[in-house]
Amino acid sequence: MSAITRDEVAHLARLSRLALHDDELDQLAAQLDVIISAVAKVQEVAQGDIPPSSHALPLTNVYRPDETHQGLGPDQALAGAPAVEDQRFRVPRILGEEA
Amino acid sequence: MGTELLRSTAAELGAAIRAGETTSVAATEAYLDRVTEVDGEVRAFLHVDRETALEQARAVDARLAAGEDLGPLAGVPIAHKDVFTTTDMPTTAGSKILQDWRPPYDATVTARLRAAGLVILGKTNMDEFAMGSSTENSAYGASRNPWDLSRVPGGSSGGSSAAVAAYEAPLATGTDTGGSIRQPAAVCGLVGAKPTYGGSSRYGVIAFASSLDTPGPFARNVLDTALLHEAFSGHDPHDSTSVDAAVPPVVDAARRADVEGLRVGVVKELDAEGYQPGVLQRFHEAVELLEGLGAKVVEVSCPSFDTALAAYYLIAPSECSSNLARFDAMRYGLRVGDDGTRSAEEVMSLTRAEGFGPEVKRRIMLGTYALSSGYYDAYYGSAQQVRTLIKRDFDAAFGGVDVLVSPTTPTTAFSVGERASDPMAMYLADLCTIPTNLAGNAALSVPCGLAPEDGLPVGLQIMAPVLADDRTYRVGAAVEAALNSQRGSELLSGTAFAVH
Repeated sequence: MSAITRDEVAHLARLSRLALHDDELDQLAAQLDVIISAVAKVQEVAQGDIPPSSHALPLTNVYRPDETHQGLGPDQALAGAPAVEDQRFRVPRILGEEA
Repeated sequence: MGTELLRSTAAELGAAIRAGETTSVAATEAYLDRVTEVDGEVRAFLHVDRETALEQARAVDARLAAGEDLGPLAGVPIAHKDVFTTTDMPTTAGSKILQDWRPPYDATVTARLRAAGLVILGKTNMDEFAMGSSTENSAYGASRNPWDLSRVPGGSSGGSSAAVAAYEAPLATGTDTGGSIRQPAAVCGLVGAKPTYGGSSRYGVIAFASSLDTPGPFARNVLDTALLHEAFSGHDPHDSTSVDAAVPPVVDAARRADVEGLRVGVVKELDAEGYQPGVLQRFHEAVELLEGLGAKVVEVSCPSFDTALAAYYLIAPSECSSNLARFDAMRYGLRVGDDGTRSAEEVMSLTRAEGFGPEVKRRIMLGTYALSSGYYDAYYGSAQQVRTLIKRDFDAAFGGVDVLVSPTTPTTAFSVGERASDPMAMYLADLCTIPTNLAGNAALSVPCGLAPEDGLPVGLQIMAPVLADDRTYRVGAAVEAALNSQRGSELLSGTAFAVH
């Protein structure tokens, strides 16, 4: 039985913000199926009483003094922008037609 | 003179520059000429800017002439993996989505090495966003292995390993998320280290999987690797995962090179059937060599290592799907389809589809799946539990031994294209290196000879506990010295790209 369907792959592509072609969806469905079957073995060893580790080392919150620092200037911040207008990032419309 | 400079180790070159026997400009010119001569075949570099490099070299020579003490590698050229941000050169992470992007700041590793007087020759090729084990996933074409141009140089830091192995740079940086320094070092006959996680700063390193990514050094010998390791390591307040502890004494350990009385554990699960026979043969010879040098060798079992690969290929893609969300076509990088009729969301989807290559898309999708509602506990949650088991295995093993050893890779360098269409076959290249990334401890790969069946380099992996990086260098240097004395020369002197 297939672990992952083509429709599921199309849904994942939407969640991932990837506009994939039909042939890419077909190819990825087959490949993800193989990969997911292979990695599913993690479920065999994992037991409820084993605490998960999100990180290799114990992490603690890090604070820094609340002091002002020189940040990037507008020209530096905008230097790599795909589109700029009036010293701001120009972006495509964010609200839908109905908004 | 140029050839002599190329043959020198980084330590020798730094000493000669400090003593006024040569200059950084002369060394930089020699390496730039070498890049011009051979990089058409090796394809290690994505960006080389002769004038910028020479300008840096002139500035270092002036600082040294003014009496500044810049440390042992001042004036020595270096190549940076194109994942480290550099203000004076583009940084692409091997991806089309960042083509020609010029970062507004330097990575901490880049900045520290500039301050120590190292001269950046250029940026090296890599698998896109460090995802891969062959450098074939670069949007700019594959690099080649200097031992055999039909083979891969490993990955994802394959441009860096190819550059050092072809004498195009004496030193290079890389990043190791699942083995991306050790594996390319092994298949190119170099030394490469994965420092303890958090021992080297990730600030300004374009993120792949934040709980695993570790910047580290490449060089042609153990001492040079240690010098570079020491030069960029240490606490960085810009990185919240940076460890606030002293840098382990790796240079002293590399000079000590003695294993008398050291307890060495051979990991049973990484000494298995299915590995290339010549790789296992050289590995077992290296273990015997260590025993001959006075180490006490025992077999140890780390049963959870068998599931490390599966856990890694859930954790790394999950983190990547989150990290790569920043490539949204709004503030920097590529933007596709912005014709005034499309929404930001549509432009984002078109841009990411166009800008990312197949392996990156595969991992983003896999990560999105593993993190999605209904599957999270079964996949991501279980993988995090496996990480705990792997840490416990390492803790138990290091209770009885000082270091663990294994082959670095199950096979020597494979042919270009051989595994390109089979993701699972490609993922197996990292089988031996991944447990260390999951546990965060230190590891080093050092050449231990050539496999008899194909004449290609084999790496010995040496693993040590967290912040005991010095132990890996001590063992690596002892193995290197013994093998060089057996062979009568260094391993790289046998390649087609050796400098004679």
